[in-house]
Amino acid sequence: MLTFNNPTTVEEAVALLQKTDSRQRVLAGGTDLLVQLRSGRIQAQGVVDLKRIPELRTIRTENGGFRIGAAVSGAELGEHPALSTMWPGVIEGARLIGSTQIQGRASLGGNVCNASPAADGVPGLIAAGATCTIVGPGGRRVVAVDAIAVSPGKTSLAPGEFVVDFFLPAQAAKGGDAYLRFIPRTEMDIAVVGAAVNLLLDASGVCTHARVALGAVAPRALLVEAASHALVGTRVEAAALEALAAAARAACAPINDKRGTIEFRTQVAGVLAKRAAIIAYERARSRA
Amino acid sequence: MSKHHISLTVNGDPTEFLCETEQTLLDVLRDELGLTGSKEGCGSGDCGACSVRVDGRLVCACLVLGAELNGAAVETIEGVAKAGVLHPLQQVFLNEAALQCGICTPGIIVAAKALLEENADPSEEEIRFWLAGNLCRCTGYDKIVRAVQKAAAVMRSA
Ligand SMILES: Cc1cc2nc3c(=O)[nH]c(=O)nc-3n(C[C@H](O)[C@H](O)[C@H](O)COP(=O)(O)OP(=O)(O)OC[C@H]3O[C@@H](n4cnc5c(N)ncnc54)[C@H](O)[C@@H]3O)c2cc1C
Ligand code: FES
Ligand code: FES
Repeated sequence: MLTFNNPTTVEEAVALLQKTDSRQRVLAGGTDLLVQLRSGRIQAQGVVDLKRIPELRTIRTENGGFRIGAAVSGAELGEHPALSTMWPGVIEGARLIGSTQIQGRASLGGNVCNASPAADGVPGLIAAGATCTIVGPGGRRVVAVDAIAVSPGKTSLAPGEFVVDFFLPAQAAKGGDAYLRFIPRTEMDIAVVGAAVNLLLDASGVCTHARVALGAVAPRALLVEAASHALVGTRVEAAALEALAAAARAACAPINDKRGTIEFRTQVAGVLAKRAAIIAYERARSRA
Repeated sequence: MSKHHISLTVNGDPTEFLCETEQTLLDVLRDELGLTGSKEGCGSGDCGACSVRVDGRLVCACLVLGAELNGAAVETIEGVAKAGVLHPLQQVFLNEAALQCGICTPGIIVAAKALLEENADPSEEEIRFWLAGNLCRCTGYDKIVRAVQKAAAVMRSA
């Protein structure tokens, strides 16, 4: 029988994970973990539920940005108007995860740490420049979200470590972000391609900074620097969008599967990057 | 190892059960508490036949562990009718024949009830979006969507 613990503080969770061996799995919403345990895809000796730790369940403002507990559910994210207003693209990604029922449980911490290349919450966080706090036997450390997933199902977390929270910095006065994914249905499917764009404009509407992240086109979500360069110094006009699409396509190293061929995913990555950039640009322009 | 002893409320009634870590809320409801209204269609979060509410939140009971639930308030299809009187959703589903085999129905009623508490007059699109995680292999959904709209109208005029 699996052991089960639900600590109420971070310190208690760290101690539990340290005391027991690395075959303990931390549990947030369980929408990946319980499916994988049941199917036998992963094995564990115990489960440590993180949801009773208040720090992992709260959204707080900090330095004009937001600190989001790693176990906050998608539904709770969507119910936070100030967060959705400042980072609509991040929230679009998080809210695309699963159905209403899945949203009631699925967390960003689980989405990132499940390390699926197609995770919908991840490109938006990377494009936003989000960092996360990791805690473990060695104390706390802060890393960029793009440093977590390594390859499908694998993270850079050391044994006994887990994610406490994410920090989204204050969005600039003239900043905007957006996330789009392509799936064969209209809901409830795994992204064939996901694209997030976050950009800043100067007073005259010229892009001064951009981050472009792609999901499902490589073993992990990618921050595509060349795609960012294609936008900086432009007004996100047609030529810049074509350069963005070309850079996005050049970064793709996707798989062939029933959801999409390599050619299709590569093509769609360019299209979605362009469309997300247009939305992010409009959002940035329309900000006061 | 001993089982977990959990105290919670189910449909408002204080309840206790013993479970192993491996048992989901759905297993507990069906096998320990005899509440077999919630169905297992898939066991993997895809079909919504096991939809219940935990502390007000709509979730798949097959993706919640029983062991997590100390102090929780769980609501299932068995709590939807009050004092023997069907909820408007249940009555309209019957009147309009919005079910065939009925396996999806408890989950759909629980999910639709949660929607109508949040939005008393949802559009067709809002209903379809909210219920995207509730699969029905019989009806083709049209009758379900129309029944939810009709129940919403009944509830608004009540
Ligand atoms: C029907 C269905 C539809 C889905 N649709 C989508 C979709 O459209 N898009 C999408 O991206 N995903 C989808 N998913 C997958 C899943 O819902 C998401 O990845 C979700 O964000 C996982 O979060 P969770 O809190 O449920 O994670 P859990 O299942 O609790 O955990 C997932 C993994 O991360 C680890 N973990 C969890 N929290 C932490 C932490 N704080 N620190 C370290 N490790 C941690 C766990 O040990 C486990 O290995 C779907 C799943 C289902 C069942
Ligand atoms: S049985 Fe839970 S979603 Fe299908
Ligand atoms: S009535 Fe048979 S599955 Fe919906």
